[in-house]
Amino acid sequence: MTLAQAVDARLRKGIGRGEFMAVIWPSRGQEAVAAGLTAALRPDDRLVTTYRGIHDLVSKGVPLTEVIGEILGRSIGASRGKGGTMHITAPDQGVALTTGIVGAGVPVAAGLALAFKQQGLDRVAAVTFGDGATNTGSFHEGMNLASTWQLPVVFVCQNNLWAEMTPIRDTMNIDQVVDRRLAYGMAGERVDGNDPEAMYRASAAAVERARTGGGPTFLEAVTFRFEGHYFGDQQKYLPAEELAAAREADPIPRYRQKLLDAGVLSEDDLTAIDTDATARVDAALAEVLAAPAPELTELEQDVFVDMEGIPS
Amino acid sequence: MSETTTTTVLQALNAALDEALSADERVFLLGEDLADPASGVSHVTSGLSTKHGADRVLNTPISEAAIAGAAIGAAIEGRLPVFEIMIMDFIGIAVDQIVNLAAKARFSSGGRTPCPITVRTASFGGLGNGATHSQSLEAWFMHVPGIKVVVPSTPADAKGLLKSAVFDPDPVLFLETTALYGKRGPVPSGDYTIPLGRADIKRAGSDVTIVTYGRGVYDALDAATALAAEGIDAEVLDLRTLVPLDLPSVLESVGRTGRAVVTHYAVEFAGPGAEIAARISSELFGRLRAPVARVGGRYRPIPAAANLEAAVYPNAERIASAARATVGYDK
Repeated sequence: MTLAQAVDARLRKGIGRGEFMAVIWPSRGQEAVAAGLTAALRPDDRLVTTYRGIHDLVSKGVPLTEVIGEILGRSIGASRGKGGTMHITAPDQGVALTTGIVGAGVPVAAGLALAFKQQGLDRVAAVTFGDGATNTGSFHEGMNLASTWQLPVVFVCQNNLWAEMTPIRDTMNIDQVVDRRLAYGMAGERVDGNDPEAMYRASAAAVERARTGGGPTFLEAVTFRFEGHYFGDQQKYLPAEELAAAREADPIPRYRQKLLDAGVLSEDDLTAIDTDATARVDAALAEVLAAPAPELTELEQDVFVDMEGIPS
Repeated sequence: MSETTTTTVLQALNAALDEALSADERVFLLGEDLADPASGVSHVTSGLSTKHGADRVLNTPISEAAIAGAAIGAAIEGRLPVFEIMIMDFIGIAVDQIVNLAAKARFSSGGRTPCPITVRTASFGGLGNGATHSQSLEAWFMHVPGIKVVVPSTPADAKGLLKSAVFDPDPVLFLETTALYGKRGPVPSGDYTIPLGRADIKRAGSDVTIVTYGRGVYDALDAATALAAEGIDAEVLDLRTLVPLDLPSVLESVGRTGRAVVTHYAVEFAGPGAEIAARISSELFGRLRAPVARVGGRYRPIPAAANLEAAVYPNAERIASAARATVGYDK
């Protein structure tokens, strides 16, 4: 959580003061969802995330230079600068795909799980998406397919209550997104997405169900998106009292306090974790900024394996 | 020479899928109604689930986005999925997955995440099904960097190209033509493949080159027969794949004949022929003996009535007429 927050914060700071150019969809506020989910996954399990996926990528263990490098469009990035924030993949860390199209990752996760099943592997596919994605056809098609075929998938709706700039109450006529699973005969539950331990428990149960042949699970993780849809979003649509209430439930100070109260960690321990996270992000960013832009020859690579007969 | 047998295009496609399933356990098929006994609306997959098992030939819900998405996910995990979009007009539901995920996967990941899917779909035109069950939408996919586009015309090409498509490391849209499923011809048996991106001269000639693919090949051959009776010797060049495009073969042929007619069932306006004609014109400007002619589908939704539908599509007479005009241009 701390590391994901540190990456997100440093990127916003750098863009905001003109230190570098980048396009990001801040994930501040949603760190507990990613932390709880990825802690329940094995390294060889696969994750499909979205354009708002910085916290997912960091939590799944993608090297910071690859995440930051890709977001800044440098040769050191996960895709050597050809993908950008919305198209990061990291096979070694199990990030199968990042999608820039809302809802598109849902059926892809079913396909990853299908491949595991075909190969007799006990691996699990997880996919994260926002509440807005649950209004798309791809979501419903993918949920239905995964349930019909009883595939090992964990569907995680990061319900941050806003789809782009429209509140959830204006885009669906149900009280709880989790109810959508009922149409597909799928297991699931609604989770406090600001509580990493609750998120871990729900995720671990879902992962266990998937891994042991029990089929897919739909988790609705209720959280909030503090920085708006995109970096620079002034959030004129967001009532001040709603933001204030959300800040009260900010997962990071809340979890710090919980750890202190339980005597698990001391203030010094927490400060050391923060300092370490900041130092790691600063070191990664320095490495990224020292790395060159991609060579123009990148345009001749990876369109297809064989470029004969391919238009320039 | 290997042995050949005479089969239909439909049987050749079935044989290609059968052999691919036998050759590599990573290959599997998915789509609506594919398994026996239904074995698809067109029966291309007839017998394959019985022979290879229901876990290799998967019946899906009517969910084109999920079919494509599931294939993409499986492909990312190292499988070789071949999915069927029953009729090409339905591909709109799956275009997001094919265009925004599959076609971009290799490039946007810097080569880390290839996506070797094969999309089998069919242009149903010519059967009176009307506007939403008859279109030839290959230009949509030619316009997107990252996906290959293959359109076979003969049984041998259908088999050889489909096997190449299934094992190609990149996404391939394999466009079948329902009206050609019954066409018969010799097919080499055994492990027969045709590399993608190689055009084929279906009839040699010296006066004009008719550049075409798919169903247009047969109209072009009929036109060439009619032209031969008038003393005009037409060459018929079957592109077989539109991406990659075998431009060297096109330029070689047109360079020899000095005249070109490009014909296809897709809409002529902004269609595949526009690109091909432009390439020929710019590369061979000084050697062309006439402007490049195009004979494509008219810019109309496909009508249902047989006479109206026929009037929208190209035919041998329209192609022959265009060829005559190019031959007469410099006389």
